[in-house]
Amino acid sequence: MSPRHPERGRPQEPANRLLRDDTQFALSRIAVFQYAAVAVFLFLLSGFWVLQVRDHEVNSELAERNRIRTDPIVAPRGKILDREGRVIVDNRPSYRALLSRENLNREHLPAIAEGLHLDLAELESRVKRYSSRPKYEAVPIKTELTRAELAFVESHSDAQTFPELEVEEDSSTRLYPQDGMAAHVLGYVGEVSEANLDSPEFAKYSPGEIVGKSGLEREYNDILMGVDGQKRVVVDNMAHERQVLDKIDATPGRNLQTTLDIDLQAAAELSMEGRKGAVVALDPRNGEVLAMVSRPTFDPSKFEGHISTQEWNALINDPDSPLLNRAIQAQFAPGSTFKPIVALAGLETGAIEPSTTFYCPGSATFYGVTHKCDAKHGTIDLHQAIVKSCDVYFYNVGNRLGIDTIAQYAQMAGLGKKTGIDLPDEAEGIMPSTKWKLRVKNDRWYPDETISVAIGQGAVAITPIQLAVAIGGLASGGVWYRPHLVRDPSVPNQPTRGNLHQENIDTIVGAMRGVVEEEGTGTSARIPGIEVCGKTGSAQRISNKLAKANRALAQELQDNSWFVGFAPCEHPEIVVAALWEGGEHGALSAPIVRDVIKAYFDKKARQAQLKPQEIAWFRRPGPAGPLDEGPLH
Amino acid sequence: MARYRSIRDFDWPLLIITLIICALGVLQIYSATHDYHTATHDYRDAWWKQVLYILVALGLMWLAASVDYHTLMAQTPILYTLSVLALTATFLLGKRVAGGRRWLFHLQISEFVKLVIILVVARYLSELKSDELSARDLFKLGGLVGIPTALVVLQPDFSTGATYVPILVVGVLLAGIQWRHVAAIVLACALAAPVGWFVLKDYQKQRVLTFRDPSLDPQGRGYQVIQSKIAVGDGGMWGRGVTHGTQTQLRFLPVPHTDFIFASFAEEHGFVMVVVALGLYFLLLMQIVQNAQTAPDRAGVYICMGVATLLLFHILVNVGMVVGYVPVSGIPLPLMSAGGSNMISVFMMLGLVNNVRLRRFVS
Repeated sequence: MSPRHPERGRPQEPANRLLRDDTQFALSRIAVFQYAAVAVFLFLLSGFWVLQVRDHEVNSELAERNRIRTDPIVAPRGKILDREGRVIVDNRPSYRALLSRENLNREHLPAIAEGLHLDLAELESRVKRYSSRPKYEAVPIKTELTRAELAFVESHSDAQTFPELEVEEDSSTRLYPQDGMAAHVLGYVGEVSEANLDSPEFAKYSPGEIVGKSGLEREYNDILMGVDGQKRVVVDNMAHERQVLDKIDATPGRNLQTTLDIDLQAAAELSMEGRKGAVVALDPRNGEVLAMVSRPTFDPSKFEGHISTQEWNALINDPDSPLLNRAIQAQFAPGSTFKPIVALAGLETGAIEPSTTFYCPGSATFYGVTHKCDAKHGTIDLHQAIVKSCDVYFYNVGNRLGIDTIAQYAQMAGLGKKTGIDLPDEAEGIMPSTKWKLRVKNDRWYPDETISVAIGQGAVAITPIQLAVAIGGLASGGVWYRPHLVRDPSVPNQPTRGNLHQENIDTIVGAMRGVVEEEGTGTSARIPGIEVCGKTGSAQRISNKLAKANRALAQELQDNSWFVGFAPCEHPEIVVAALWEGGEHGALSAPIVRDVIKAYFDKKARQAQLKPQEIAWFRRPGPAGPLDEGPLH
Repeated sequence: MARYRSIRDFDWPLLIITLIICALGVLQIYSATHDYHTATHDYRDAWWKQVLYILVALGLMWLAASVDYHTLMAQTPILYTLSVLALTATFLLGKRVAGGRRWLFHLQISEFVKLVIILVVARYLSELKSDELSARDLFKLGGLVGIPTALVVLQPDFSTGATYVPILVVGVLLAGIQWRHVAAIVLACALAAPVGWFVLKDYQKQRVLTFRDPSLDPQGRGYQVIQSKIAVGDGGMWGRGVTHGTQTQLRFLPVPHTDFIFASFAEEHGFVMVVVALGLYFLLLMQIVQNAQTAPDRAGVYICMGVATLLLFHILVNVGMVVGYVPVSGIPLPLMSAGGSNMISVFMMLGLVNNVRLRRFVS
């Protein structure tokens, strides 16, 4: 050791190890250091002055924005009920699993992927994709958890097992009946897209809101939707909620009671099973729609949130157009179901009498063109012409009436124009007339064109709902009500009255009873104990000439099968129109209508037998069996 | 052992200022961490750990004051060798934290090397016989400081390594440097800068870039600066009150008890207390400088000025970062930031200053 303490004396030290002890050398330079220190502190203080004094307001605002988050409180959408208050469309909560990245442990991923039935590689890449995002953003890993998956998350998300695993309740999801039941009537909901905002109907919503996109969901969106609330919460940097500052509660959407009858709807669905087409059941006394089916159908729950482009394209490009509500959108020639209207026009104008006969040799020639009939009916009167569906009789009637008289009565009954049903995108159909031809084809009407129209062929095109309304109103004494799915007491349903002669109506209704009850074309619509009236229709979708030339096409475009029926024949309570695309002959659609009418009267009989309290039980609103089963409640 | 006139000669004002700053620090650590715990970490006991560190540091301060600094300086070759070995060991074996190997036996070796650097520079400069440094001296001294600096930078801990350099610079300026040497060094640095850009790690480049424009990376480095400035500004004139700063309490402010402690202090105490706190630091520095002015010999001057320089550099870089004037780095604020190594190292430096003071009348 070399003690170098001054007191011990330094001379012993080697000269080059000498420590210099003159301290005056640096005094001026130390002063420079002091000035530098003053400068540094003033420099720093200026920073605080700028941020804390000059820009305090701005920074407070920014801090406020950091910590206060406004969360929407989604208003639950109203339920859709049937006429007895039974729930058709409900809401159910849905859950999604998240990975919080604060506590993320990559070694847990395989077990989590297995528990939630996820692809591990996909999960890992998803977590990786989030690595550049702020840490508080959790990684959503699965939506629409099943009950088992929810249980897995809840039992494993403790701090010891998988602390990163979290579950979050998504806003509630629409719960639709299974198997696409009533899908076209009910419609579906979806997010408002940017593109939607261009149309005035959606302009009042903001992007991302869930609104009705079709059917009743769209038509009555304002009733069903309710008003979202919001709450302002204090959050930390991990977006965890610390405190609720204030809250505006959501106003839930109102329930929508429809005129549909689930029992009848189910019967109609079953009757159309495996077929393409539509069935509509109405109460002709007020226009209430009891059932409406369109086939093929789709699953409305697919549309909520995000439908994949692939699924959407599959639906859009499906040649069977499952999204089309054929009950109000399919436009086809009505075929022989049009004959009662032509008969009405004939009787009302006096062109024919009930006793008027024509001779049917199996075909008839008008204006140089020969028109065929299904059979040689011989001399035939009006009643038999409707019962046997004789075309020659109606060629003659049509020829006597002229197109504009036919069009006048058809339009009075509501054919070839929108019925005004409370569903979006109803099709208009076509009821040709001289004016129509001039407007659309810029050509005059040729009398020979009337011949085809008289048997519901040619340019005339109607929708199933139009047929149900037209025949139902005719049978009810020429009083046509606007069909509707929701009773709106504020808008009285004023019917169109035809001021028809009751004896003419009786004549036609009697003939339609004959179609079913006598040896007519619709005998398969018979129901023991109930008088059913009806009319078949087999409408060509391809001209005879073309069918001969192209047999393959003729096979593909087989005749559409129509049937319209009502019961009881006097003061009918229900009218049902069925369209079976490619069903060949109207007689084959008659059982569809029969099943629905039978379901109606069976139920009526059942209710009449029940004691009052049993009826009360029967009508109690609430979940109705198979409709209420979904992934989660 | 050391003999000094009296316990009264101890720099009591310096100690009192130090302890007041420490108290502000403990209060702020408490405020920032009283309910700070995650699934993996619990910071709620940070404030009393800090108290323990201060007590330990006070003991070591007394030790650093007791052993005559001349004796210490005589041991610099051993201390220096040990430092280089320890840094090498840290580099090779140390615990990897946040991308760098900085810790050996729970101690951040690079913090204690600061003391050795101060002593080495003080000894070298006080042994000079000329009033101006020769180029040879500059190279030798540069090499002596450069080796541990390089070892720390390679850990990689660029910012701690950078704290060694000002000790050298101020020492050299005090000792006297020729203008042509200054010109040569400035030129060399200017030439080396582009090369250095390539040597910098990506994250370091990123820090410099985001310093220039924090919005480049609003969630990473930029996020820290943005949130720190908001926290400071949110405090306003009088502050939001202890445990009431939202930026601090809701964790928008990163590491509010260590590197960004002064931002959380500013948020909760406001501009007025910022002025007081910075005033205390300034008084502390001036007290140290005063001890330099009254030092018994050149070695004492260099030691005191080395300590003052190091503290000033720390304050400039840390507080400057908090207000967005200086790029983000991991440099703690002396006496306030939570953490043992820096606390002990700073107290030992202040012990050295007292060491010099206690021996001022004996020469």
